[in-house]
Amino acid sequence: MQEVKQRITILTSFLAIAAIAMLAAAIAASKTAGIVLTMVVAYIVFAVFLIGFVYRIIRWAISPVPFRIPTTCGQEKSLPWIKANPLECPFGNLGVIGRMAGEIFLFRSLFRNSKAELVNGRPVYGSSKWLWFFGLMFHVSLLLVILRHLRFFTEPVVPFVGALSSLDGFLEIGIPTLYMTDTALVAGLIFLFMRRVLVPQLRYLSLFTDYFALLLIASVAVTGISMRHFFPVDLNEIKTMTMGWVTFTPVVPGKTGILFYMHLCFVMVLIAWLPFSKLMHMGGIFLSPTRNMANNNRARRHVNPWNAPVRVRTYKEYEEEFREQMIEAGIPVESTGPGEAEKDKQD
Amino acid sequence: MKQNKWRIISLGIAIFIIGVTFPFWYGKGESPVPPALDLDTPEISLLTEKKCIEDTAFMRTKHMKLLKAWRDEAVREGERLYTAGDGRVFEKSLTGSCLGCHSNKERFCDRCHNYVGVAPTCYDCHIIPGEVKK
Amino acid sequence: MSSLKISQPDELIRISYETPKTAWMDTPTVFRPGTWSYAAAPKNLSYLGLPNPRQWQPSDEDWKLPDNWRQIIIDGMKERLEKYRSFRLFMDICVRCGACADKCHFYIGTGDPKNMPVLRAELIRSVYRRYFTTVGRCFGALAGARDLTIDVLKEWFYYFYQCTECRRCSVFCPYGIDQAEITMIGRELLNLVGCNINWVIEPVANCYRTGNHLGIQPGGIKDMLEFLAEDIFDRTGVKVNVPINKKGADILFVAPSGDYFADPGTYTCMGYLMLFHEIGLDYTFSTYASEGGNFGLFASHDLMKSINYKIYAEPRRLGVRWILGGECGHMWRVVHQYMDTMNGPADFLEEPVSPITGTLFENARSTKMVHITEFTADLIRNGKLNLDPRRNDHIKLTFHDSCNPARAMGLFEEPRYIIRNTCNNFYEMAEDTIREKTFCCGAGAGLGNDENIEMRMRGGMPRAMAVRDVVKKHGVNRLGCICAIDRATLTTLMDYWVPGVNVMGVHELLGNALVMKGENERTTDLRGEPLEGC
Repeated sequence: MQEVKQRITILTSFLAIAAIAMLAAAIAASKTAGIVLTMVVAYIVFAVFLIGFVYRIIRWAISPVPFRIPTTCGQEKSLPWIKANPLECPFGNLGVIGRMAGEIFLFRSLFRNSKAELVNGRPVYGSSKWLWFFGLMFHVSLLLVILRHLRFFTEPVVPFVGALSSLDGFLEIGIPTLYMTDTALVAGLIFLFMRRVLVPQLRYLSLFTDYFALLLIASVAVTGISMRHFFPVDLNEIKTMTMGWVTFTPVVPGKTGILFYMHLCFVMVLIAWLPFSKLMHMGGIFLSPTRNMANNNRARRHVNPWNAPVRVRTYKEYEEEFREQMIEAGIPVESTGPGEAEKDKQD
Repeated sequence: MKQNKWRIISLGIAIFIIGVTFPFWYGKGESPVPPALDLDTPEISLLTEKKCIEDTAFMRTKHMKLLKAWRDEAVREGERLYTAGDGRVFEKSLTGSCLGCHSNKERFCDRCHNYVGVAPTCYDCHIIPGEVKK
Repeated sequence: MSSLKISQPDELIRISYETPKTAWMDTPTVFRPGTWSYAAAPKNLSYLGLPNPRQWQPSDEDWKLPDNWRQIIIDGMKERLEKYRSFRLFMDICVRCGACADKCHFYIGTGDPKNMPVLRAELIRSVYRRYFTTVGRCFGALAGARDLTIDVLKEWFYYFYQCTECRRCSVFCPYGIDQAEITMIGRELLNLVGCNINWVIEPVANCYRTGNHLGIQPGGIKDMLEFLAEDIFDRTGVKVNVPINKKGADILFVAPSGDYFADPGTYTCMGYLMLFHEIGLDYTFSTYASEGGNFGLFASHDLMKSINYKIYAEPRRLGVRWILGGECGHMWRVVHQYMDTMNGPADFLEEPVSPITGTLFENARSTKMVHITEFTADLIRNGKLNLDPRRNDHIKLTFHDSCNPARAMGLFEEPRYIIRNTCNNFYEMAEDTIREKTFCCGAGAGLGNDENIEMRMRGGMPRAMAVRDVVKKHGVNRLGCICAIDRATLTTLMDYWVPGVNVMGVHELLGNALVMKGENERTTDLRGEPLEGC
């Protein structure tokens, strides 16, 4: 039952990819569709991405952070002779920046990952850094791959792209040179996907979007790598098209082939879908209140913009109820008779 | 406090927008002219049939593959002759065959390579005939 | 121990991590005895003015919800999405990487996938997607969205009252998603339709009325504290004062009420009293603010604020300089992360300076409340205490970092400094089970009741097993902590998993070691157990 459902989910995500690929093939076959895709849809996709992304950030930002709730992962700053941990438990902004940099560039929290297992009737916690390793590898590669693509969007090509590309391809395997980031990107994707499919617990909680997101990025990567290494396309035409985009003088590319249209369609789906998907974690991580706040709660007051009054029981009301008993027990009281509480309430 | 929050958020959004729209303003909106490949060399003008070893579409997309195959076959296996699709035979030689006609590397090879940001390693080893003369 | 039948430890430890036969959205919630808490009694809800007071139990088929319960929940979600960035963000950015899954003590102890923090959050995320996102509205199940049905509500109840808000998952999450935050919102939503547990709501009602969770009235508090003073006299021959509601004292001392009510917390309380007497501190207890803990935290932000109110109202009335707080976990979550924001600013108090050492507690200069381990560590550091750690030689101690001081405060070294100065035999548990990675006692967040005993033992298992390891390795016989809930619930947990290990507060250790002026020679510790060599 559950197995069948899971297989259907995985299958559906493959089918969705196949549908996009078929759509791309159809577009490649039709001149009109090609024009619409490259001259109109491209702009719509970019607008959706830009506006959608900013909208999501603003949407999050509008909701206030009523309380300062950092998760502390190290010693607080308290007495001067106790060594505080400025990164895992930052007291000031500098520490917060450091902590956030660690999270964003090094995936610090994921690096803590461990694996709990029951061995001989007791839980043991083994080190488990693979998710961190492949996750980081995947993300860094993806970033570098995107940066390398600037060669199609800038003229003259931004200088650092050349340096980056030669560094990336410094193994000089094959012609054109195999980029290490391409390999790492695919390796990362394979790990992340196989992990999701093979680990029963993970498969149990995975949704269609989880598989789809990985497959979509994989499709982008595979079509891209194919164009580079197996079915080369005329880059001149492609750059003419991309430069047409960024200079607002769109042109329809000449002969580029089905593979290129697939690459383009996968990228467009990815970009347009991103603001509405879990992939928004790339923006969201910056706003995470358990990470981006300093643990200086008791030293600097945090203000809650909607701090609403609640029903409280005043001391007067309390004493009113227990006065006799308090007097009897010899506990000091504010007044010896009733009636004060009523008066106080009006203040 | 509240102002501070929007300052940081705006800064973040600004960085994001500037980042993803980088290509739009990097070129200052000027449309670059796609490179025109210059076929006007003395050698080509002498040819009766102005045809490369294979057809243009093949050469445009796969010349690097061809050159790689040539390198391996000529240097490693000693097979120095290439039979083209139409039966013509050429020497597998970058400097001899390719640059023999396309003697204007800067105006032929480089234009395109620079445009799409490609840095072929051909000339790490090969000399460019024209440059030696200079 | 409870009257409920619970399997033997060697049987309970046989935990299967295999996934159920049915997908999680199709797996019904079974309210198995021993794994859930009784519903709140209507009288407590009425007293607090909370909605839908009625006689019911979670195991009932009919939960007697208001007709428009679904709308109430949806509206409640909308309101909270607009009020808490944490909630909205955590609904959106999870990628289900699963790093949090085996970090939850309830998952390790039950193998139930809905106890993986990621899936616990999906219980509410799926509803969020259905009603608040375009993708969810359009694509339904394909986008992981589902309708809010009564079964979903029951599932929420079962699993949000199977989370102790310990924040361990949040340490490991690459985005810092904090299930505690989601559980808190989830429980607030349940509260809107009157689905709450008595073990949370009754203490809140008590606290509202009497100032403490246990409902002890002023006379009772005085009796108990004086009783403890007598015990101190019996053990040491020193007569200590117990100032109560004393106006103009330097410091108001607020402890969790568990510390003056029940063993082994009382021994910790004796430690406080002895310490304050010995250093001649001008302080006072309060019967009105007689509770540091705050079970409101486990119900809603409003209730938390409501019963936290007195912690600032009372020092204002009494005219003290600043506030000192006792050993309690969730109390310090509230004091450290919420109090100043909710009920501050405390501009009527002074920046806390130790009257004994002159140390200014800079880290508490706004909230003006100092943790007693910070206070005592400073005393020891400045040589103000005469300590004889040999009096704790019969104790082989390990230390349990309580969740909240660990992950919502970063209080690690202060208690350890006191321990090292008062005890010669101190052994840390495995690295993955202490400090920021500490495991919950399994009974925090209002779940430490008897009817929930099986789930407590399961949830506490990772902690207990880590203790058992140091028992085997070093012969540990005592588990130290700085939390009143720990002192109550770890005792049960130890009896079940690691018999022979007793639980104590750090200030009990201090009380044992503290050499007091004019004291008799000690032959027993505060518990009346003979000292080594006596």
